[in-house]
Amino acid sequence: MRTVDTQEISNCIYRLARRAGTTLTGACRSAMQTAAIKEEGAAQFALSTLLENEEVARRESMPVCQDTGMSVVLIELGQEVFLTGAPLKEAVDDGVRRAYHDGNFRKSICDPLTRVNTGDNTPSHLHVDVVEGDRIYITFLPKGFGSENMSRLYMLTPAQGRAGIVDCIVQTVRLAGSRPCPPVYVGVGIGGAFDSCAFLAKKALTRDVGSRNQREDVASIEEEALEKINALQIGAQGFGGKVTALGVSCEIAPTHIAGLPVAVNIQCHCVRCEKEVL
Amino acid sequence: MKRLTLPLDKEEILSLNAGDSVLLSGTVYTARDCAHKRIFELLDANMPLPFPLKDAFIYYAGPCPAPEGKACGSCGPTTSARMNSFAPRLLHLGLGGMIGKGEMSDDVVDAIAKNGAVYFAAIGGAGAIYGNAVQSTECVAFPDLLSEAVHKMTVKDFPLVVAIDANGKSIYQK
Repeated sequence: MRTVDTQEISNCIYRLARRAGTTLTGACRSAMQTAAIKEEGAAQFALSTLLENEEVARRESMPVCQDTGMSVVLIELGQEVFLTGAPLKEAVDDGVRRAYHDGNFRKSICDPLTRVNTGDNTPSHLHVDVVEGDRIYITFLPKGFGSENMSRLYMLTPAQGRAGIVDCIVQTVRLAGSRPCPPVYVGVGIGGAFDSCAFLAKKALTRDVGSRNQREDVASIEEEALEKINALQIGAQGFGGKVTALGVSCEIAPTHIAGLPVAVNIQCHCVRCEKEVL
Repeated sequence: MKRLTLPLDKEEILSLNAGDSVLLSGTVYTARDCAHKRIFELLDANMPLPFPLKDAFIYYAGPCPAPEGKACGSCGPTTSARMNSFAPRLLHLGLGGMIGKGEMSDDVVDAIAKNGAVYFAAIGGAGAIYGNAVQSTECVAFPDLLSEAVHKMTVKDFPLVVAIDANGKSIYQK
């Protein structure tokens, strides 16, 4: 048994949030650089402006994008860890609160009906899984909503199969058009149930842009969907071009014999995701 | 690249073509969903507005807080399509145009063409560049909306693309 004070987790969330808000992931930056070389005209102008923007943000510790997002926190907690101190959820929210204040990040969380802002970007969207061992794996994903708004969930029939899955992914990106800040990164959940499928899609976005699912049949869906998405020619910012998506990542889970849920979670080109192991 | 300074006269607006890159300077007003809703409530009640609409430009944006020594924090555009239901009425009342990101509806395109207005696309995600190009900000309405309040901003050399021009031509494919 290993004892960990949740203050350590709070401090980790603080570090991850500050870093995530002001930098793109390395894999995203490389994919954007590659895209900039392929494009011309207005799309090229957009991509080069965005690459310059990231340099400015990193140099000046400014948020890359003013939508510093809903704070999605994934914790894989080793079952041999004994937590002391404030309750985990409070500790996580405290880290978010301090990071968003000190980093001059926008506070974007509000009541869905009254629209009154909570003022500190809490509550975070915390998901905890218990895993083996005595480590704590923490992932911080600030999720912007221009792209979140363009996400979709489909309840397909088993007969629609692989072709149906690819169609859902491509259709979601086509219908989103210029609105989610393309080139997008597409997280896809396949299987599970109505709720867990959507969560798989979110989890897929914590993978590196350009990574492949280890299952060959899933990786082939990622590849085919990406090719068809880029054939849409929406391009950076919807200005037209060859690169409409930087990548497609699919995560899979067993489902019911009667169903085939598919969730498509859109992430803008501003892929911000930081991880640490305690 | 073409440099423009607000307010724009009708001839300047008519000379812009969808796809042109420009650097825009001058005064803009930020407004997002909630601020638009309140502006519409004021219009419906014949109450004075927080800023004169005639020839004004609305920037669909909600900035980050300003760090010490700066006028504004990161301040890129938000998705314009959420304001599709608001833009035509404001354009008919004399609004010069809007700055945002992404396509807008056919109704908005028609209202832009009918009123000789223009819609500029800012580069979504370039928050730091736009934030640094803001020289001053002043909250002129709805401070309780925090970042969603109406801010009067003086901006210098905003990099923009003409997305829908005064002839109703759009950069976005159908």
